[in-house]
Amino acid sequence: MTALVEAPDVTAIRGDFPILSRTVRGGRPLVYLDSGATSQRPRQVLDAERSFLEQHNAAVHRGAHQLAEEATDAYESARARIAAFVGADPGEVVFVKNATEGVNLVAYAMSNAGVRTGLGPESERFALGPGDEIVITELEHHANLVPWQELCRRTGATLRWYSVTPDGRVDLDSIELSERTKLVAFAHQSNVLGTVLPVAELVRRAKAVGALTLLDACQSVPHMPVHFGNLGVDFAVFSGHKMLGPSGVGVLYGRAELLDAMPPFLTGGSMIELVRLEGSTYAPPPQRFEAGVPMTSQAVGLGAAVDYLTGIGMDVVHAQEARLTEATLAGLAGIPGVRVVGPTTMVDRGGAVAFVVEGVHAHDVGQVLDDRGVAVRVGHHCAWPLHRKFGVAATARASFHVYNTLDEVEALVEGVRAAREFFGVS
Amino acid sequence: MYQEIILDHYRSPHGAGLREPFDAESFQINPTCGDEITLRVKLDGDTVSDVSYETLGCSISQASASVLTDLVVGRSVEESMRVLTAFQEMAQGRGQVEPDEDVLGDGVAFAGVARYPARVKCALLGWMAFKDAVVRAPAADEKEHIDG
Repeated sequence: MTALVEAPDVTAIRGDFPILSRTVRGGRPLVYLDSGATSQRPRQVLDAERSFLEQHNAAVHRGAHQLAEEATDAYESARARIAAFVGADPGEVVFVKNATEGVNLVAYAMSNAGVRTGLGPESERFALGPGDEIVITELEHHANLVPWQELCRRTGATLRWYSVTPDGRVDLDSIELSERTKLVAFAHQSNVLGTVLPVAELVRRAKAVGALTLLDACQSVPHMPVHFGNLGVDFAVFSGHKMLGPSGVGVLYGRAELLDAMPPFLTGGSMIELVRLEGSTYAPPPQRFEAGVPMTSQAVGLGAAVDYLTGIGMDVVHAQEARLTEATLAGLAGIPGVRVVGPTTMVDRGGAVAFVVEGVHAHDVGQVLDDRGVAVRVGHHCAWPLHRKFGVAATARASFHVYNTLDEVEALVEGVRAAREFFGVS
Repeated sequence: MYQEIILDHYRSPHGAGLREPFDAESFQINPTCGDEITLRVKLDGDTVSDVSYETLGCSISQASASVLTDLVVGRSVEESMRVLTAFQEMAQGRGQVEPDEDVLGDGVAFAGVARYPARVKCALLGWMAFKDAVVRAPAADEKEHIDG
């Protein structure tokens, strides 16, 4: 599967990331295996932000001076390139602070739809109340769980979820959707288990009962080719900082027809059409959902990140991460007492490898690794219910991006061996 | 950071397990990592007569709870709070606070943890549970009142 795609020139790629050449903890080379939390940024992204700020900075969609025009062009050009990158039209891409805000935007727009005063019939499909259901999965990150808990609290709707099997897959038979299911929200790829969810099947089931779908694409868009149009999801969210781009910018994708019909979440400047003291009308999407002066250099930086990833090729990125993941699974399998939490084969699996070491707490594993310069995430990775499901308080997680090497995987595996020796469990 | 004393306490924790009778119990959790401790306090008049606990956590949090029992059991509530304050100052001191071994005993081994901000909460988890449990424990005169 991976052999068909050429390996990237990782040495050259690493040269683009200044931070990867620094040392940590007393001169050890940094081995950064925490891209699932946040990725590092290449010079091309940093330069794009700096150049925008040095040459073109102005408030976008306001004013008629030259800088305002240039800034607006840069912002909208980034939107168009990001849209093309994920198989969307520019009008379907709403800039938000991060994926969390994107999920909240939809959740609050749905509550707002429930307050019917002053809204047209087109917003009715977003309204929900007691007896209606929101459905998620047991492996969701807190960002795709807590906003729905809150939406249910505000509206009286019920939250239900697909459970997860012991091997880390979503159990599609664990619940049945119904005519009362208003929305099904699920991750494309688990940030803990690495599991890639059966998007097509989940979309099919949701559509069969007339429910909307929302895809948390935070762990897929940065790592594999993704085409929202082809996936058939209604909404999707992802964050810039996990895809070699800046923090403070993310995207809410919504099918044009839905964004057209959905009431706003944040209101104020920029998102209006006509304002009178007695009341206002709103701009068409995506502006309707971008109240206030938006993040600009960050959007431009995310545009540069998309250009950078496109230059490498997302199939190449995906294949490189598959090599690293496969090597990690093999390396950890060779250490007694190490258990991978999640799928142990490469079938429908991406590059996040969470594991526990028998007799050594994840924090202690992480500390021994850190002392060797190896940065991994430890804890519950903002997926606390999932950790409870697997009966562990915390795991250590290695995650990758295209700049990681097999030597770094080896450093991880050696570090885990060292942790076992240090704590006397080997 | 992993001083031999810490590893010793981690491998053979002092006072571990939940015991009865007790006057108050506190459950504390570290939301950043999910580590948990349930800690019980028994007071005999003004004296801390027993501290028992169950932890689900890393070596630092477990060893810290073990050291805590050594340092507070048999002391007055007031003295134990002085130790707690000293331990907390050291743990939050970013490595700038020189610990007093006369006050902190084996607790001085945790001075190194102060240089790892992410781990300070691990070292303090048991101590926060102790503080909370002591606050919840009925005062001696209240107990007499209840008993009577």
